[in-house]
Formats: sequence, C-alpha cells, structure tokens
Amino acid sequence: MMFNKNLKNILLVIFATLVLSACSTAKKSGNIDGDVYTGKETVEYLASGVPDRVFFATNKSSLTTAARETLRKQATYLRKNKNLNVTIEGHADERGTREYNLALGERRANAARDYLMTYGISGNRIAVISYGKEKPVNPAGTPLAWSQNRRSVTVKVN
Amino acid sequence: MRKALLFFFINIFLINKSFALIEVDITRGNLDPLPIAISPLHVDIKSENYEGIKIKDLGEDISKIIEDNFRATGLFNPLKKEAFVQKPDIAHLKPRFEDWRLIKAQALVTGKLLVLDGKLKVEFRLWDLAAAKEMTALAFTTTPSNWRRVAHIISDKIYERLTGEEGYFDTRIIYVSESGPKEQRVKKLAIMDQDGANTKYLTLGNELVLTPRFNPTNQMVTYMSYFRNMPRVYLLDIETGTQEVVGNFPGMTFAPRFSPDGKKIVMSFAKDGNSDIYTMDLDTRVVERITDHSSIDTSPSFSPDGKFIAFNSDRSGLQQIYVMRSDGSEVKRITFGNGIYGTPVWSPRGDLIAFTKMRKGSFYIGVMRVDGSGERLLTENYYQEAPSWSPNGRVLVFYRETKSGLKGEGFSAKLWSIDITGYNERRLKTETDASDPSWSSLLTK
Repeated sequence: MMFNKNLKNILLVIFATLVLSACSTAKKSGNIDGDVYTGKETVEYLASGVPDRVFFATNKSSLTTAARETLRKQATYLRKNKNLNVTIEGHADERGTREYNLALGERRANAARDYLMTYGISGNRIAVISYGKEKPVNPAGTPLAWSQNRRSVTVKVN
Repeated sequence: MRKALLFFFINIFLINKSFALIEVDITRGNLDPLPIAISPLHVDIKSENYEGIKIKDLGEDISKIIEDNFRATGLFNPLKKEAFVQKPDIAHLKPRFEDWRLIKAQALVTGKLLVLDGKLKVEFRLWDLAAAKEMTALAFTTTPSNWRRVAHIISDKIYERLTGEEGYFDTRIIYVSESGPKEQRVKKLAIMDQDGANTKYLTLGNELVLTPRFNPTNQMVTYMSYFRNMPRVYLLDIETGTQEVVGNFPGMTFAPRFSPDGKKIVMSFAKDGNSDIYTMDLDTRVVERITDHSSIDTSPSFSPDGKFIAFNSDRSGLQQIYVMRSDGSEVKRITFGNGIYGTPVWSPRGDLIAFTKMRKGSFYIGVMRVDGSGERLLTENYYQEAPSWSPNGRVLVFYRETKSGLKGEGFSAKLWSIDITGYNERRLKTETDASDPSWSSLLTK
C-alpha cells in the first residue's frame, strides 16, 4: 500500500515534468523565445552583419543576450564610422494603452542607447524617439507580429 | 464661435413649477425607456429664406435632432411621428392630452419657429401628458445658421427637466481621425458635434497627432504632435487656429490634460528612459515636477476640485492606478484587482474614476470609486481604451479597435459610448476611423 502510494507520487512527478517540458518547447516554437522575437524576418542592416534592431519582451525594456550581441555589433560599427550619428526609435506592440506605450518605447530606446554608451559611443551621437505603438512593422493581430513590433531600431541620421 | 454664443438671448418666459408625475429612472439604465412624443416645430408662414437653409423643413429637422438625441440616451423612447394625432401648431397651443395618451406617450415636446430679418426665433414647450400640464417652456433668438445647436439646447433643457441632471447634447467631441493602412496610419485632429454632425479637420495629417483633450472651461485643446519629429504637447485654440508648444522640455512630453480650472496642463515628460508627471501653469509658464520615480508615471488626470491627481504607474512592476495630492505628496495605489490598469480619468462629478483594464487578452472599460473600491467593468472587447466623460458624468466615450488579419486587413478604430450603468453601448458616427475622443463641456451654461 505504502509502496503503491510512493509509486503514484513518482508517476505524478514524471507526468508533471513531461507537461512542463512540453510547455517550454511550445514557447520556443517558431521565432519567439518566451515572448521575445528571435527571427530575422523584419530585420534590416546598418552594414553587412550589423542588424538595425533588437526585440523586447511584453512590457519589458531589459536587453536580452541576443539584443546585447546586436548592440555590440552596432557599437563596433559606430566606432569605425566616427562621423555617423543615429536615432534609436523605440516601439511597443498594440496591446497596451497609448500613453503608457509612448513611455515604454522611450524606455526601450534608452536601454539600447545606454548599452551603446557603455561601449564607448558618445551620447551626443545617439538621439532617441519613441513612437509607442504608432508605427508597427507588422500589422497582423498575432503574437508573432506583436513580438516583431516590440523593438528598438537604430537609424542612421547622416 | 464665441461671437455666435453671444447671440443667444435666452429668456425664460414661462416656468411652470408643477410637480411632474413623470419619472425617468436614471439609476438603472434603459430597462424601461420613457415614451416621449416630439412634435415637429411649427414653421411660421411669415418666415423668410436664409442662406441655403430650407426654412420649410426646419421644424422637422430640429425635431429630428431632438429625437435622435433622446433615443441615444437609452433613457427615452421617441415615438413614431406617423402616430401623432395633432398638428404641430395646434398641439403647441394646447395639446389634447387624452389623444396623446392614447399613443402611449408620457411626455410631449411642441414648438414653433420664425425666421425673420436674419434671426431665428424658437420656442418650445414640454408637456406632462399624465398630469395634463406644461412642465417647462423656453424661447430664444439666434442666427439661423445655429439651428442645429438650437435643437441641442432644447434637448438639454428637456433632459434636465425630466431627469434632474444636466444635459450633454450641446457639446462637441474632439478626436483623432485615422485613415490608411496600419503601418502607415495618417492621423488628423478632428472635431464634431456630439451627434456626429459638423465634422471639421483641424490638422492636415502631415504629422502624427495623438490624445487631444478639451479645456473644461473654454474651447482650447491640448494634444500631442510629432511636428518636426519632436514629440511634444501642444496647446491649440480651435477658434483662431493658433497653436504653441507647451513648455520648453528637452525631450518628449505626452499624455496632456487640463486642470479643472483650465489654467494648468498636467502631462508626462520622458527623459533618459524615465517618465514623470509635470504641470505647467498657462499664465505664469511655471513648470512643476509632480512625481520623481524611476518608474513610468503617466496618464495623469485631476480630480474636479483640483486637489488630487490620478495617474498610471508601473512602480509595482505592472501598470496600476495611483492617486496623489496635486503637489505629488501622499501617493496611494488604488488598484489591486487581477489584471493591469491604465488611463484613469476622474469623473466631473468627482465620485468615480474611469479606467482601462487589461486582463487575459481582453480589454475592459470600467469605473471605480476614487479609493479603488466598487470596481465595475462596463464593457469587454478585443481592444478598447481611453474613456472620456460626458460633462454630466453619466456617459463615457472611448475608442475600440478590431483585431486585424495577417496582412493587417479588417482593422478598424471607432468611437463608442456607454452609460455608466453599463447599458446603452453604441457606436458614434464618424466620417473616418477614429480614436482618442475627448468630450467638451456644455457650450452654453
């Protein structure tokens, strides 16, 4: 009886583990990890090998590992092109109130700007502007589109 | 417009203070709307034509506007005119009460008008049919081109007499007109009468404009514009068309709203990734910082007595609603329900805060008491936000967006209104797609 109960518990644990791992694989499916976009579909390039944008999780402005890697490439590129100035545009998805999203876009753009500055790029060379949810890159009403729209984009000014 | 207001010589020539037997239940919404007969206004045969206005039809046209206003409240059921039993001029002198009662009307509106020497003279009477008595009457003179406003003013007077609350028909709504595909949306400031008539576009659509809000004391508007790619709060005089940037901030200012006395603008200023709330006095130009927190603080809204400000902050992690004294002291979080909360807007009556709530992929418009208790969700949808109060605090207007398909097709943004009881949800007529509505005060008080 006792043994039986233990076995039942073990089976439960195994079952739970299976369910949980199924969940985490589902979350990584396609080009979204968690809810951060990891694909290249919408990405443009400042120069060969230098992506222009990084992606964020819902309501977040923290930089993912992939985002930091992209920004380091941008910093290297900006160090090589000393006369180049950029504007970082911060964007949000459409699933939030307009005013909060304006602030969130500004926070995202600044997160990217701050990171470039820690790699030696002068703040004077980097302007920021937030568009909130006003300029989606993908107009679809899907989680994939929203993840592509939660972004900051580095744009050459001159 | 201001000039035109001066032409209103409103003189009450007859007030009948009889106790009305009619009662409109305004606390429960439209469960049993009051049957009301709105007779066409009789047009005096001495009337002269006036600049393209069809004088012959004016009596019908005015009564139609009154009828539409009353139907839109959800509290009244305007009866079909085919069933009317008396000619407008005769009914206006003295209705045959028993005949009107036969068509189940409980209240009757009659009136007459005369256009002479470039002036429009209107009078109307409101009759209590059960008590066989006149309830109220009013006569006024204005320029004939104001005839739509005449209809709204009459509607307001009748509404006030029957419900005991101030009306909201002689008002306008400013909003953002939208067109074009979602990725390249063109947005213009637009203004219309509360019933959707007289739409005018105030900007050309060359730059992105957002969140216009009326000054509660006059016809000034504050809004956000990306003019020259510098997102800033602007002040616009809609009578003269002059506009100016509000303050001299070295970064984005947004989410503007007037103080209840119309003398200050409260807004957010974003710097280095942090948004805080500021006010600027429009007379002295003095800028004050109200919040100082590393979180996003935005969507501020004054209480009608000017003593408090409700706002939206993510200092707890996600968006919640907070209330503080208007100097920034005594910050209190008021929302603790499941979900996240935005866009608090204080009711002009002072007793409620309207908000947007997001929970499990749905968006709600709701109201709660100013301490956060008594939350009532009025409507649930795929996407909706930005409630704005009717000046009497009875109706909310907001905007709603539809879910778009894989190429952005099927997307639309429209204005909707709902009674604070949760009844009578209806779409407002707009010429284009629309968002960010703001309801004006009554144009004549």
